[in-house]
Amino acid sequence: MPHDSHDHDHGAHALLPPDPALRVRALETLLARKGFVDPAAMDAILDFYENRIGPRIGATVVARAWTDPDFRAALREDSTAALAAEGLLGRQGEHMVVVENTPEVHNVVVCTLCSCYPWPLLGIPPSWYKSDAYRARVVREPRKVLSEFGLTLPEAQSVRVWDSTAEIRYLVLPMRPEGTEGLGAEALADWVTRNAMIGTGLPERPQ
Amino acid sequence: MTRVHDMGGRYGDGAVDPAPDEPMFHAPWHRRAMALTLAAGAIGRWNIDAMRHAREAVAPQDYARFSYYEKWLAGVADMAVGRGMVTRAELAAAGDAAIGDQAGGEAGGEAGTAPPEFGPADPRALRPADVETILRRGSPSTRPGAAPTFTPGDRVRTRLPARNLAVDGGHTRLPAYAAGHLGRVLRHHGAHVLPDSNAHFLGEAPEPLYAVAFDAAEIWGSAERAGDEVVLDLWESYLVPAEHSE
Repeated sequence: MPHDSHDHDHGAHALLPPDPALRVRALETLLARKGFVDPAAMDAILDFYENRIGPRIGATVVARAWTDPDFRAALREDSTAALAAEGLLGRQGEHMVVVENTPEVHNVVVCTLCSCYPWPLLGIPPSWYKSDAYRARVVREPRKVLSEFGLTLPEAQSVRVWDSTAEIRYLVLPMRPEGTEGLGAEALADWVTRNAMIGTGLPERPQ
Repeated sequence: MTRVHDMGGRYGDGAVDPAPDEPMFHAPWHRRAMALTLAAGAIGRWNIDAMRHAREAVAPQDYARFSYYEKWLAGVADMAVGRGMVTRAELAAAGDAAIGDQAGGEAGGEAGTAPPEFGPADPRALRPADVETILRRGSPSTRPGAAPTFTPGDRVRTRLPARNLAVDGGHTRLPAYAAGHLGRVLRHHGAHVLPDSNAHFLGEAPEPLYAVAFDAAEIWGSAERAGDEVVLDLWESYLVPAEHSE
């Protein structure tokens, strides 16, 4: 059986300076000078994720699912196709499954092996999602971890933790809160927090 | 046989800090590290499975002490060398130059803050005008492939141990905590590129991919509450029919 070559040539990164800011600078300068990375393209990437992508997109999807039965049915039937029709797929969200919370089941999403996350719908993942503590613990003791977010689930609800081990990205469709019956999709989207779409929170009345 | 990244179920990590008001990036270099990783990846010299494996393959003590974007940087540096884009000597020289620039900057100059010079463009280098198109397109992992052996409701058992069957110590997406357990197929996702092969540039080798649900008590010995479940996406070669192993 061949051995993993990474174990023999890994450590090239150790040739870079100890200060990570200088490490980035050195790598960016080298890859730019060699024509592999255009620093202006890096700026465009940052503009995209800092200014045009974020959890508001996911919140809009959730609010529409609450108010548009056909859209909800389409998400249930094939989330990827339903979101593709809206132009809402993309890098790290090429294949989507929307999982619905019910009075019987509460869904929580994690990636124990790295930090897979639905970027096109939620943006850049928060630190806690990438932390060792979340990755290690939420599969084994989800209720304890949720309590650290201030969320206590009723005994009647089972927990289903989705470990994102492949290229399928999961978005939690929370239950529509009571007291929002008169609201339209636009106003409802304000209730949908990022954490509610990961499963570590519930929709909240906007501040 | 496991690697340090395979931490699902591990004890001892302490409480999760929800940090509700954190900024998107905690330091300017985090921004550059994220963008550099995506821009360098767009060249196509590696794939996402190979990059994940490069991050996982850093020494365990580095993995534990590196912050998130430091792991990304290590992956880019190791891949750039491993895939022949830069030499170790060039990497070391670039590091020395960055240190020198910083020293010059501290002495009052502007060195080290101007955008780096972009050399003669590689034909596959990502250009600013194409960024949005590329990011919105992504890289779908579905491929034409074999029909699924299992159907929703089937009882399956995961392979034990969790390991790459073709490359000793190689990449796999079967977490150790889920190896050797009985589960039930929830859904078939179609045929997807197999990371165990693709990470090592051995071909995409697409296989049927399934969401498989496991009873929490089956995996952990006891559950916080009876009926709680863990669901993983698992390729067909990670699974055997349950009756074959009982």
